[in-house]
Amino acid sequence: MSKYYLNYLDELESEAIFILREVWAQFQNPVILFSGGKDSIVVTHLAKKACYPSRLPFPLMHVDTGHNFPETIQFRDDLITELEAQLIVGSVQESIDQGRVAEERGKNATRNALQITTLLDAIEMHHVDCAIGGGRRDEEKARAKERFFSHRDDFGQWDPKNQRPELWNLLNGKHFEGEHFRAFPISNWTEMDVWNYILRENIKIPSLYFAHEREVVWRSNSWIPVSRHLKLEEGETVHTKKIRFRTLGDITITGGIESEADTLEKIVTEVAAMKQTERGNRSDDKRSETAMEDRKRQGYF
Amino acid sequence: MHIDNNQLLRFTTAGSVDDGKSTLIGRLLYDSKAIFEDQLAAVETTSKKKGHAGVDLALFTDGLRDEREQGITIDVAYRYFTTPKRKFIIADTPGHIQYTRNMVTGASTANAALILIDARNGVIEQTKRHAFIASLLQIPHLIVCINKMDLVGYSEQVYNDIIIQFEEFSSKLYTKDIQFLPISALDGDNVVNRSTRMDWYQGAPLLHTLEHMHISSDINKIDARFPVQTVIRPQRDEFIDYRGYAGRVASGIFRPGDAVTVLPSGFTSKIKTIDTLDGSLEEAFAPMSAAITLEDDIDVSRGDMIVKTNNKPTSTQEFDAMLCWLHNDAARPRAKYTILHTSNEQKAMIKDVLYKIDINTYSREEENKELAMNDIARIKVRTTRPLMIDEYRDNRITGSFILIDDATHETVAAGMIL
Repeated sequence: MSKYYLNYLDELESEAIFILREVWAQFQNPVILFSGGKDSIVVTHLAKKACYPSRLPFPLMHVDTGHNFPETIQFRDDLITELEAQLIVGSVQESIDQGRVAEERGKNATRNALQITTLLDAIEMHHVDCAIGGGRRDEEKARAKERFFSHRDDFGQWDPKNQRPELWNLLNGKHFEGEHFRAFPISNWTEMDVWNYILRENIKIPSLYFAHEREVVWRSNSWIPVSRHLKLEEGETVHTKKIRFRTLGDITITGGIESEADTLEKIVTEVAAMKQTERGNRSDDKRSETAMEDRKRQGYF
Repeated sequence: MHIDNNQLLRFTTAGSVDDGKSTLIGRLLYDSKAIFEDQLAAVETTSKKKGHAGVDLALFTDGLRDEREQGITIDVAYRYFTTPKRKFIIADTPGHIQYTRNMVTGASTANAALILIDARNGVIEQTKRHAFIASLLQIPHLIVCINKMDLVGYSEQVYNDIIIQFEEFSSKLYTKDIQFLPISALDGDNVVNRSTRMDWYQGAPLLHTLEHMHISSDINKIDARFPVQTVIRPQRDEFIDYRGYAGRVASGIFRPGDAVTVLPSGFTSKIKTIDTLDGSLEEAFAPMSAAITLEDDIDVSRGDMIVKTNNKPTSTQEFDAMLCWLHNDAARPRAKYTILHTSNEQKAMIKDVLYKIDINTYSREEENKELAMNDIARIKVRTTRPLMIDEYRDNRITGSFILIDDATHETVAAGMIL
């Protein structure tokens, strides 16, 4: 076989770099939506490559729900220092204090949906015209139809039935004042691709992804970490388990899995043998069959 | 699954509600173990609710809520699966004529197209339409799956007759590599596993065909083209005089020392380095992303193209193209649009519509020249400044463009340069 072909990871990397450079060239005020999760870490790593030898030109925007894992915040701050990048924080607590949103009530109350308002406020306040995200099409069925360049109207809303067609590698980022775009450079990556890439590039990720001992309770089919935000329900008992997280969201809704995988190699092997999707441990997606689509229409990540 | 030197293969499917396309994709995902238990459980529940016997594999590829309600696929949906041999991206598109634009979109980046024929019906209008679009978009490989063989008694005669029907019209197409397979997506015959009910078929099952298809030659390695996306000028002490031209190689191979010309200015220079964060490269080829530095300090900006001096594209303000109209609003006669060609953006006008093509019959229509959604036509384009173009059949990157309506910023048309 000819030597002039790329393996799939190199091709995915090259595609992502291409998309990030289009963002860099077509927009005035792009930011990276940074959650501290592996996908946004990979996007940040790719952005570094896209702009080299320039310093990272995109600030990292973090929507802080106040329900974070402390490890995630530490990781974020270390990364900002290392990259000499700018950090923009949108605080859900502030949105609540200002009366922009009201805390959910009831047993399964979370701050997940509240993030939408905080995110859109932060986008507006900082005149962001493109928010780069780590969304992948394999994650969820509503994301399977997402474009690389995804248009949002001046209310920040996504209209899945009226998307701009995207052909070849021609990305149309034209928009009116007040509208913005979301860009998804790793759209074509799967969970497995992300892990293989993290392993290959030896990318630093939060310790939460590695197996560790933690106090947890069994709820909605996964191990929910004990934190000051967790209210124990009747019949629930605290266990100490060796667990790790497959995805990172709020500490209140992110369930861990029992695991012995404490190195990247072991994680890759474990993920390859997984029988459940990674969002299977996220209670935010279990509310209804179209839960993700409904949130995305309103402006969710 | 850790795979090292494996290629990425993108293929597109087009189909309507009845020909079993969703079932086939569901089957590929299911049998290649790309479906997780919780996805399977969700589909089992929905299948029961709808009163289907067993698991309806088609539900795996169902997307948005509106489509669930209507029971149809209306957009391009992307699916992924990996085998020890390759990573696959499926662009799953609807097959009806009112979704031609979605089919064109899904086909634009595909290495292969999968066309489904219901063995009971043989070649129908839709088959010709899908084959035409695959050919128009220059998809190098065509796989024709003759599906529902279980409903025709696994008959070799039926299979052979359909091949003859297909070849009668496919001789008019550009596609050179066409393969036929008898399958039953519902039962999985010849999809991932070889069928035990069609001994007369000597070829490989579909997945094996996809895994072993030769795609390294799909990329043009002759004409070196590097559209500049942006100029990298780091504000850092250690790179104070650095000027790198960031882009993705569209075709061909570049090496340090190559004599290059920057278009449209025509200035010549030599490649000094080809840089990435992981180090400088000895060569860069499509589709690699890199930053090129030149020996001479010349003016280069986004929209310019770096090419080898001994092999240049055509620089022109007027050319013919096949155009697919993508938007609800029809084309306005002699209206101006923004044309996006590689990273180059100019103003353009559709000077003339030469003829439209009926994609069911392949016949030309020269009377009605209005371009409405889903129309495919041969047009003459004029641009305000020269574009650096190649013919689409030689180069899918430097031979393609989109038109953008300045009033709405919508992408209204996709073009292939002739």
